[in-house]
Amino acid sequence: MNGPAPDTRQARVPPWRNEHVLRVAAQAVVLLAAALFVGFLVRNLTGAMSERGLSLGFGFLDLTAGFDIAESPIPYRSTDTYGQAFLVGLLNTLSVSAAGIVLATILGVLVGVARLSTNWLVNRVASVYVEIIRNTPLLVQLVILYFAVFLQLPPVADAVELPGAIFLSQRGLFLPAPELTPSFGRWLVFVAVGLGVAVAAGVVAARRASAGRPTRRLGMIGLVTFVAISVGGWLLAFQAPIVIDLPARQRFNFVGGMGLSPEFAALLFGLVLYTAAFIGEVVRGGIQAVRRGQWEAARALGLSERQALRLIVFPQALRVIVPPLTSQYLNLAKNSSLAIAIGYPDLFKIGVTMSNQTGQPVPVILLVMGTYLVISLATSLLMNIYNRRVQVLES
Amino acid sequence: MIKRIALPLVLFALILAACEASPNPSPSGQATASPGAETPAPTQAPPVAGGRLALVQGRGQLICGVNGNLPGFSFLDDSGEMSGFDADFCRAVAAAVLGDADAVEFRPLNADQRGPALQTGEVDLLVRNTTWTVSRDTSWGLFAPTTFYDGQGIMVRDDSGITSLEDLDTATICVQSGTTTEQNLADQFRARSLTYTPQVFADIDPVYQAYEEGRCDAVTSDRSQLVARRTAFANPSDHILLDVVMSKEPLGPVVPLGDDAWFNVVKWVVFASFEAEERGITSSNVAGLTGSADPVVARLLGAEGELGIALGLANDWVVTMIGAVGNYAEIYDRNLGPTTPFDLDRGPNQQWTDGGLLYAPPYR
Repeated sequence: MNGPAPDTRQARVPPWRNEHVLRVAAQAVVLLAAALFVGFLVRNLTGAMSERGLSLGFGFLDLTAGFDIAESPIPYRSTDTYGQAFLVGLLNTLSVSAAGIVLATILGVLVGVARLSTNWLVNRVASVYVEIIRNTPLLVQLVILYFAVFLQLPPVADAVELPGAIFLSQRGLFLPAPELTPSFGRWLVFVAVGLGVAVAAGVVAARRASAGRPTRRLGMIGLVTFVAISVGGWLLAFQAPIVIDLPARQRFNFVGGMGLSPEFAALLFGLVLYTAAFIGEVVRGGIQAVRRGQWEAARALGLSERQALRLIVFPQALRVIVPPLTSQYLNLAKNSSLAIAIGYPDLFKIGVTMSNQTGQPVPVILLVMGTYLVISLATSLLMNIYNRRVQVLES
Repeated sequence: MIKRIALPLVLFALILAACEASPNPSPSGQATASPGAETPAPTQAPPVAGGRLALVQGRGQLICGVNGNLPGFSFLDDSGEMSGFDADFCRAVAAAVLGDADAVEFRPLNADQRGPALQTGEVDLLVRNTTWTVSRDTSWGLFAPTTFYDGQGIMVRDDSGITSLEDLDTATICVQSGTTTEQNLADQFRARSLTYTPQVFADIDPVYQAYEEGRCDAVTSDRSQLVARRTAFANPSDHILLDVVMSKEPLGPVVPLGDDAWFNVVKWVVFASFEAEERGITSSNVAGLTGSADPVVARLLGAEGELGIALGLANDWVVTMIGAVGNYAEIYDRNLGPTTPFDLDRGPNQQWTDGGLLYAPPYR
């Protein structure tokens, strides 16, 4: 009414009734409140820390750690720095997570398919497994697996010997391991030459085949040459390029070969069993989301039940499976921090020891959180790329 | 539109208000006497306004961090009470400060939790078989006088034939993380150029469980702890302590940094327990000694001078404290002495007059 330009009164809505303005204002207010809240938390943290003489610095990462770590994929000694100790923890977390994701996927798909099986026994076994594992806490399962299963294996002196120099005891599983000798490099040259010959023969054979001329068994000849040169190189190398390192029983434990500690095994088993139960349900849901008509169409084309599942239904089910599968992978990686209960030196375990020894809990916890965040985001990114490929194939 | 944004706004306001209003809800179930004596907001300057002594007195209860899983030092006994040598020093402080030895809320902490519990002021006092080191003195809290002089030991199976650290080359050794013993172990084996595999657990129970199951060839900790935990084994006599002491482990109470008055109180509670033993004052005779002609005893028991008041306590606080928990010898014998399953020799934990390390400065 008291607008400065009465002639445009119709067009001008007052700002308190303009939906556009209100929307922007609402978002600004929410954003401001969120910023205030975060600011309050940060101020609280820095204020409380400075009062107590704690710093947010990361200088301690260069100090000597002074503690030993039971298992490490890289060389580590107690005289190394906290930074290196942290790296060991990170690698341990990554190795158990990577192995866990692969195994949980395989087991999970099998369980998911078994849940839909028309075979009564298979179906029931899968259902009981899923319901028991899914409805009990992972921490409890881990503690049971570690103390009541792996530590109840026979002691080293009475270790179970499996065929192929494999030893199973409460100190872990020990397997023969291939070990490269100094002549491995020389042998690799022979293998490369053999491979070159084989590839050349294969290419020529393929050209001839496409031109309609006889291939004169060139492919087979190439393969034989490759094997012959490789074997000849092995014999000429004076020393076997690869030797098998067998685990041997020593005073306290097996030495040599490849060792899998009971802590790693219990954690891996626990994570795989737990996550596979969830993945099984995801897979079952994905398969059931594919419309019935697809099965019927596959059958009409004369495909067997198994072929229909593999060629028609499963590729379509992947569209539904992949997004929830991603979150199961993330859960597995994050759940690996329960390792602290059974003494596996993962990222979180090393982080807690570091925070205790340095008296710097806040920077260490921030570092641990940041690292898990990066692991999770990287996993999500890879899975999203895969998801896009699955979707593109479908559309 | 307004309605749609109103809800999140109200929620934010509520969260903000909640953060401002209830910084640290009182962890004890018991209602506190005065509402102003709640643990203060972390934003308040310096850790406790008015000092922790006033805070504890206002709350009417002492929050004492203990181990809780270490027989002889702090553990739940048959009647469900927190019992042990460390627990009794918590009670001694409560008796001195509040006049009631039972006004203690025990807070069981694992090795990794105790530092942050002190740094954040969550506990008034930590009596958790904690070794005094310079890094802890500067980053965790101030150490009151040592109540138990210990050393790191190592326990093995009797039938293993191991008699020295050298015999343990390449062995697997169970140890608790976040302890000085974890670092001493690394130092000792490095100094001797021996190799070993540590099997590290965050909690104390899995350490001994894993050792007993045979996961480790040896377990290392303070000697007193090894002896105490051994009594809980299925066959205690199957396990022996090697005749090596790997380190000095002075264990004592710790208070949060930056509160001199509170530090003084805890320090003098410990000294009073030493002094009482030296003067022959016990829980049974303390009441009759208040009229003692000995000026030292008279001062200690508050009959002369105002030394208790200077500490911010009742002048006869030593009478209350000794009457409730006894002197050092009584606390020791009750929890670790010959009548207990541990039967720990007092070793260096004797009065200086008997060649030990317990030495209280003059109470004057």
